[in-house]
Amino acid sequence: MFKIVAKREMAERTVCEFKIEAPDIARKAEPGQFVVIRANETGERIPLTMAGTDPGAGTINIIFQVVGKTTALLRSFGEGDEIMDIIGPLGVPTHVEKLGTVICVGGGTGVAVMYPITKAYKEAGNHVIAIIGARTKDLLILEEEMKAASHDLRVTTDDGSYGHHGFVTDVLKQILDDRNDVELVVGIGPVPMMKFLCKMTKEYDVKTVVSLNPIMVDATGMCGACRVSVGGRTRFCCVDGPEFDGHQVDFDELVKRQRAYLTEEKISMDQFMGGIPE
Amino acid sequence: MAEKEAKGKREKVPRQEMTEQKPEDRVRNFDEVPFGYTPEQAGLEAGRCLQCKKPKCIDGCPVEIDIPSFIQLIYDGDFIGSARKLKEQNSLPAICGRVCPQEDQCEKVCILGKKDEPVAVGRLERFAADWERAQGEVEIPLKDPPTGKRIAVVGSGPAGLTVAGDLIKKGHEVTIFEALHKTGGVLVYGIPEFRLPKAIVQAEVDYLAKIGVEINVDYVIGSIRTVDELFKEGYGAVFLGLGAGLPLFMGIPGENFCGVYSANEYLTRSNLMKAYLFPEYDTPIARGKNVVVLGAGNVSMDSARTALRLGAEKVRIVYRRSRVEMPARIEEIQRAEEEGVEFHLLTIPVRFLGDDNGWVTGMECIRMELGEPDESGRRRPIPIKGSEFIIDCDLVVVAIGAGANPLLPTTTSGLELNKRGYIVADQETGKTAKKGVWAGGDIVTGSATVILAMGAGRKAANSIHDYLMSGQKNWP
Ligand SMILES: Cc1cc2nc3c(=O)[nH]c(=O)nc-3n(C[C@H](O)[C@H](O)[C@H](O)COP(=O)(O)OP(=O)(O)OC[C@H]3O[C@@H](n4cnc5c(N)ncnc54)[C@H](O)[C@@H]3O)c2cc1C
Ligand SMILES: Cc1cc2nc3c(=O)[nH]c(=O)nc-3n(C[C@H](O)[C@H](O)[C@H](O)COP(=O)(O)OP(=O)(O)OC[C@H]3O[C@@H](n4cnc5c(N)ncnc54)[C@H](O)[C@@H]3O)c2cc1C
Ligand code: SF4
Ligand code: SF4
Ligand code: FES
Repeated sequence: MFKIVAKREMAERTVCEFKIEAPDIARKAEPGQFVVIRANETGERIPLTMAGTDPGAGTINIIFQVVGKTTALLRSFGEGDEIMDIIGPLGVPTHVEKLGTVICVGGGTGVAVMYPITKAYKEAGNHVIAIIGARTKDLLILEEEMKAASHDLRVTTDDGSYGHHGFVTDVLKQILDDRNDVELVVGIGPVPMMKFLCKMTKEYDVKTVVSLNPIMVDATGMCGACRVSVGGRTRFCCVDGPEFDGHQVDFDELVKRQRAYLTEEKISMDQFMGGIPE
Repeated sequence: MAEKEAKGKREKVPRQEMTEQKPEDRVRNFDEVPFGYTPEQAGLEAGRCLQCKKPKCIDGCPVEIDIPSFIQLIYDGDFIGSARKLKEQNSLPAICGRVCPQEDQCEKVCILGKKDEPVAVGRLERFAADWERAQGEVEIPLKDPPTGKRIAVVGSGPAGLTVAGDLIKKGHEVTIFEALHKTGGVLVYGIPEFRLPKAIVQAEVDYLAKIGVEINVDYVIGSIRTVDELFKEGYGAVFLGLGAGLPLFMGIPGENFCGVYSANEYLTRSNLMKAYLFPEYDTPIARGKNVVVLGAGNVSMDSARTALRLGAEKVRIVYRRSRVEMPARIEEIQRAEEEGVEFHLLTIPVRFLGDDNGWVTGMECIRMELGEPDESGRRRPIPIKGSEFIIDCDLVVVAIGAGANPLLPTTTSGLELNKRGYIVADQETGKTAKKGVWAGGDIVTGSATVILAMGAGRKAANSIHDYLMSGQKNWP
């Protein structure tokens, strides 16, 4: 059992952060790695990236967006509650090196996944420009943290309620037009965003890394649920990824595979919401 | 045949069948298919054993159970005594009695089998073990005095469970590290409930915990800890019982359509995650109406029979060789057939077809004919030109075999791997190339059987004990 020691709600309570006691994982985790969580005995195994760790205190942080039954159930947990299973650290850590100028682009809860990676690129001596975006101002997360983790933070909202009015890719395009010293773009967010971003950076011929989020089960390479096509080859995202060369990824396949259980997910969610008193 | 004469006076009793759920009933539930012997049936079957002076059956059992003795105890009505006799050699008799390929092992060489049907050793083994468990009289063994030695067992399949059980009884401290959230390996994530009730596996694991084995689930060794870190933490020996948990795919176009599962994923969702109880359990599984299973081993039969129980109207097994080459146990093939699984032999898919949403809708297949024998001695299937045809389906389970999961081997220096990625270990002792590390079960042999994994565990446990008690000198 893994105890939740702190809880923070963000983005109009659609996003939630937990600090959880998991000393063995905290000691080993590196940026870009994730954990698998099973909330209770009947629960599903879901992957969530570690948005931060404190090896000294023996805690890890996760930030999740409420999108369905498991994340809604997790949000109903409070400080002091316990999560049944946490498995990790999983996945290949981000390969961080000093390259020069690096742009980190995060959309939606992708910002949470991006945060420790951004920090790591800055610590490795890169000049880090971060671009984060959300649909609207109130859904924006981790602005202060991302500001501290980068040299230059740009913010966008789809509706123009804050920062640049438009998409993260608009701002990215501007920067790529303005400077030719960009060595790497890291893009993490909804699949349509990553797909579009990769199409753009390909035109500029800038190396681009994305973090993929297919449906997973064991997340140890045992089941193949997380298959993604990269450069025409099938890879297991949980052990070969989650980060891949964005210019090689078959995003259309990924989107279809992510939607494989929409009917069941709705049944689960409806049942769960039905069980919650007003 | 002196032994035969001694028992010759006994009335000729036919091999006792177990009563079981009727096929039309059982395809609608996940309950175990056979009910097991009643004490009367067990007594009758035990009476068939000739109590041979040179019992061949023992040679046929990889862990050399004293078969005539445990059967005699059943005959005498001492069922608990019989279970204890079994446990002298086999710590998981309720499991082996169910899933051992007895027809190729103990029962194949049973002397009675020369003239009559062999003694139903497996069914008797299951009976005694079930009896003991039902009485709640599982014996707590006497442990040797504490040695102060600590052993880490990685993986909790039959190999790991055997090592843990053997070493704790010898007075050592044993810790199991399991990557999944439940212990048992394939016994919990692969073999379905209707063939091996999970409560039986749980009872065996509870027993190990009760006699002092420390069990850590959710521990992926190689990531949360390396093998070298285990040594630093004071473990004197490490046993790797990782299994062969890497799903193999066909590598043909369209394999990533939704609805194309590896057997590992399909069975893990159903068994470990209990997707057959969705939405009571959260994990979903696609319930195909028209299901194809590729391959014809035990794993394929389990997948096909699971699909029926999940509501499929039609389930076909597609296999590239012919019936005689099917690797599954005959009993499993028969049960699948009784339940309505169809077999399409000498057929191989060349690509999967799908719709705009990315869901599988069918397979283009080609027919095969058998040519000359290949390295395995089986006749090699050769495609027949121009024989392409389409099989419609809405769900595919790929059950064409498994490989070695590289997660631990690639993070552990000093291990020797063979060209297929399996860990090289001494056959007699289980010692690997790395000092203080043993390996056994499927991660050494490739996919094999429960009893062979247990046999490897037994040998490794003995070798670990000798090594730790002799002051850890030589390697290998
Ligand atoms: C490596 C990785 C890291 C991730 N990190 C984060 C993170 O830091 N924060 C965050 O909010 N989300 C993250 N996700 C996504 C997160 O796992 C899903 O949002 C979550 O599983 C949804 O579960 P649910 O039951 O609430 O929703 P559901 O209603 O079950 O599903 C909603 C959608 O989530 C996806 N999903 C469902 N089940 C799974 C599963 N078992 N594995 C993966 N995806 C699934 C599907 O695309 C589905 O359509 C990550 C995913 C991956 C693969
Ligand atoms: C569907 C199916 C049906 C079968 N039917 C039969 C049958 O009827 N009869 C029969 O005799 N055999 C059968 N087998 C084969 C039999 O189950 C295996 O040969 C046997 O389980 C192998 O045991 P093992 O201990 O080597 O490994 P496994 O049972 O595979 O267990 C290995 C365990 O190690 C864990 N692990 C792996 N890597 C790590 C790591 N890095 N850190 C921590 N833990 C790790 C895994 O999660 C797993 O729990 C079947 C197999 C399958 C898949
Ligand atoms: S363990 Fe298997 S082979 Fe040995 S006696 Fe029992 S059923 Fe037969
Ligand atoms: S089981 Fe068969 S071989 Fe073994 S003692 Fe009985 S009759 Fe003889
Ligand atoms: S989630 Fe099972 S192999 Fe990746």
